[in-house]
Amino acid sequence: MSVTIISAIRALGRLVLRALAALGQVVLFAGSTLTHIVRPPFYPREFFSALMNVGYLSLPVVGLTAIFTGAALALQIYSGGSRFNAPEVVPQIVAIGMVRELGPVLVGLMIAARVTSSIAAELATMKVTEQIDALVTLSTAPLKYLVMPRVLAGILAGPILVAVADSIGIFGGFAVATQTLGFNSTTYILNTINFLTGEDIISSLAKGAAFGFIATLMGCYFGLNSGRGAQGVGAATKSSVQAAAVLILTANLLLTAVFFTA
Amino acid sequence: MIKFDNIHKSFGANQVLRGVDLTLERGQSMVIIGGSGTGKSVLIKTVLGLITPDIGKIYVDGQDVTQAKRDNFLSQFGMLFQGGALFDSMPVWQNVAFRLQRGHLKRPKAEAREIAIEKLRRVGLAPDVADRLPAELSGGMQKRVSLARAIAAEPEIIFFDEPTTGLDPIMSRVINELIREIVVEMGVTAMTITHDMTSVQTIADKVAMLHGGVIQWCGTRDDMAHSGDPHVDQFVHGRAKGPIETLC
Repeated sequence: MSVTIISAIRALGRLVLRALAALGQVVLFAGSTLTHIVRPPFYPREFFSALMNVGYLSLPVVGLTAIFTGAALALQIYSGGSRFNAPEVVPQIVAIGMVRELGPVLVGLMIAARVTSSIAAELATMKVTEQIDALVTLSTAPLKYLVMPRVLAGILAGPILVAVADSIGIFGGFAVATQTLGFNSTTYILNTINFLTGEDIISSLAKGAAFGFIATLMGCYFGLNSGRGAQGVGAATKSSVQAAAVLILTANLLLTAVFFTA
Repeated sequence: MIKFDNIHKSFGANQVLRGVDLTLERGQSMVIIGGSGTGKSVLIKTVLGLITPDIGKIYVDGQDVTQAKRDNFLSQFGMLFQGGALFDSMPVWQNVAFRLQRGHLKRPKAEAREIAIEKLRRVGLAPDVADRLPAELSGGMQKRVSLARAIAAEPEIIFFDEPTTGLDPIMSRVINELIREIVVEMGVTAMTITHDMTSVQTIADKVAMLHGGVIQWCGTRDDMAHSGDPHVDQFVHGRAKGPIETLC
């Protein structure tokens, strides 16, 4: 019996050590990437290409997700608020819900699904086909040429996407509330504007930057550390999305605690 | 001169290199032969800093490259990868001129493109290939583009990793002859990894056989036929039976 317990503790210990080692590697990778952001050479073409992929091309999916979520949120709040005879809180709660939580988190998860996976698959394929080695032999550091432009694009595109998601989400709620729930459009807009504070918006944009950083960093990390062959590429892609989603949700909790419980 | 001094490298429990000692003189073309998985590619990658040896030193013109900053010595190397390793997101000419568009070798775009087209011509490709993507080319054409990229910045040392793998015998012959011509014409030091004995006959001044993690035999191309080493003899004649085990 005691042998079984010791084996279980050993297995748990190994698991914890592996997790800590992986975390340490990710932290070192992140640190190394951030130091490269401010050190030349810079690759503007790669950066703008990454910005296009992370930001501009994510707009349709982010917009669609936000508008439906905002609209559904308005219906739910109206229904829930009616139980307390307070259906008029719809504009305020839609605004705060979208800006503080749903906008950033939905953008983070959408970037993780769309961008993290594509970065991981692209870099893993480059690794498998020796393109990463070729870059090194051509005197170009992969961290500078491949990772830094993507991560910087993530940090800059994240807040912009969140701002778009927040606005479209609030518009979704506005459309439903004014067209089907009988709200006055001017009152709805005034209630939304008056209720939101600068801190709400800053926290939302900060979360966007943090989630953009996490999503692109995970894609790069797992892509560059992928195993061999098609299986390696598949595993890297899957792991990158899982890690990005978990880290985004964890970071969301931490950032919410930092912004709103201090 | 490239000198490998007691190079050891393991991957987990798999001890691939167990003390490689080898010297390649400047201007010489050496071919390294050996079975699959014997560490030939690993050996080349240790010179380029892509793999760090566990033990041992590698000297290039007297400088220990295992201790040197990689950026300081990489510009003198060119490399043709086994699968071409062309960047599939950019057209052929940008692949060839990659090094000429960055770092201290940076040239204006028009000049870099012109050099790329000249190098493409040198490896037998028409200028209209320049704007195509690597995926639109055949395997033989991709190898030629990769060769053009390897020579674009006029390196002093070129590595060729399995240059004829996956090509038909005629294209293999073409690539082998092209490599030989370029090596002689540019006066570069070349190290080639291959299983292909036709490549050995065309490219090599000197041949080394890697087996069991060490250099089993090293000599001139002409000496190889009467090396007296049963491993070399078995490999050169492609015999299934002999001292080299064929079971995996």
